[in-house]
Amino acid sequence: MNTKVNLCGIELDNPVIPASGTFGFGYEFAEIYDINVLGTFSFKGTTLQPRFGNPTPRIAECTAGMINAVGLQNPGVEKVIGEELPKLKKCFHKPVMANVSGFSVEEYVETCRLLDKEEQVGWLEVNVSCPNVHGGGMSFGTNPQAAAEVTAAVKKVTKKPVIIKLSPNVTDIVSIAKACEDAGADGISLINTLLGMRIDLKRRKPVIANTMGGFSGPAIFPVAVRMVYQVSGAVKIPVIGMGGVQSAKDVIEMMMAGATAVQVGAANLVNPMACKDIIENLPLEMEKLGIESLSEIQRV
Amino acid sequence: MKQSLFTILENTPLTKDVFKMILSGDTSAITATGQFVNIQLAGKFLRRPISVCDWDEKTLTLLYKVVGEGTEQMKQMQPGEKLDILTGLGNGYNLEKSGDKPVLLGGGVGVPPLYALCKALLKKGAEPTVILGFNKKEEIFYEEEFKALGVKTIVTTVDGSHGVKGFVTDALKDVDYSFFYTCGPEPMLRAIGKAAGTPGQYSFEERMGCGFGACMGCSCKTLTGNKRICKEGPVMESEEIIW
Repeated sequence: MNTKVNLCGIELDNPVIPASGTFGFGYEFAEIYDINVLGTFSFKGTTLQPRFGNPTPRIAECTAGMINAVGLQNPGVEKVIGEELPKLKKCFHKPVMANVSGFSVEEYVETCRLLDKEEQVGWLEVNVSCPNVHGGGMSFGTNPQAAAEVTAAVKKVTKKPVIIKLSPNVTDIVSIAKACEDAGADGISLINTLLGMRIDLKRRKPVIANTMGGFSGPAIFPVAVRMVYQVSGAVKIPVIGMGGVQSAKDVIEMMMAGATAVQVGAANLVNPMACKDIIENLPLEMEKLGIESLSEIQRV
Repeated sequence: MKQSLFTILENTPLTKDVFKMILSGDTSAITATGQFVNIQLAGKFLRRPISVCDWDEKTLTLLYKVVGEGTEQMKQMQPGEKLDILTGLGNGYNLEKSGDKPVLLGGGVGVPPLYALCKALLKKGAEPTVILGFNKKEEIFYEEEFKALGVKTIVTTVDGSHGVKGFVTDALKDVDYSFFYTCGPEPMLRAIGKAAGTPGQYSFEERMGCGFGACMGCSCKTLTGNKRICKEGPVMESEEIIW
């Protein structure tokens, strides 16, 4: 049984990748299992300057999912490089995916330029789709020209594969994916969270201090499968599928929809062993389904 | 942190809406009083964080208040049923700072973590005084349990139906203490912040995503930097809190 996949020229032992914002910089999980079993993981969304993020409450529960409005809390790229990556080196020995956000093209470029020098970084995952910050993030991902502009600018400052992370909160995700591909993107990851909202009936106010937030969890899985199918049918570059994945079966379904690799997000927060469990179950599910090699099932 | 299955041994009411659940399971990850556990419930996506009231090698005692769908579901559970629980979460209280005569102030469902703390302080030779605050007589729980430990236990009720009339801070005035430990609703914590004559430790609450430091859902700003209530907290030092 072969679970190996090739993601933009780098071989992964398996396609399972914890999604950015649900895995920190890896240490909390390294306490309870050897995170080297992962294909890789996408670290906490990093910006040029440190950010505290949004006021609390930042979390709301939903049926089969959750809403978060963390707002890209992170220590800033300098501390990520100076403190987080050296700490990570002790517990994770594979290339890591660096997730980058910004509020201007220049910020994306500068953050990527700094991370490009880091040997531990295998891929740059450029998030143009955060729904939780104003005037940045998602505004680049809802317009094909803006997404292409970020892509082209980042590509100029790095030799590492650039993966653009897209928002589902758009009318035509395919046109945005294609614009990124044309601008030189090496891969596309999708979907970021769906914009959502809950109201506290007793307080008669939104549950989340920031009013709206990103909806994730198993409830969004069918939306994610559909969008991965649409995008992977329209672009030639690899697609990383994510959105509500919580089992080995979901990973296989996402790959059949066209994903080369699969990210697991909210499931990590509920079951910290989720990714390890999925990786252990993958060969068993493959056997049941008569799959010899995962790379053969992409895009049915 | 450890994820394991616990079996309910007992699930009984202490008041109209506060329940005591005793479970058996692996408690080895619990290292300090004031820590919490995070409980998975059938049909609920996120876990429910509940403070640890007490534990030994094989059992875990939780006191919880029914405040929503999750705790309502817990209330219905029967002995023999199993729960998937993350244990050993949060930093917990620091016993070393207590001095000889610490005071423990609990408000409502903030009382539970003070029980194991009180036992631990007694064990190290301190002489704690306990002040438990409730709205009214019908809501009081664990007064007898604290008294049974042999510590001075003062109960306050807002309506004066039992013990000292008023808030825990009204009772605090007459206590001679070396340090304070507290857990309760935020208005109470703020009032203690103003009234206390010594440094102390506060246990905070926040809506959490994961409960173990991964999602940044429960962050707060402190004078010593950004902290996650679930990881660097829930216990914070009085010197670092920005009210």
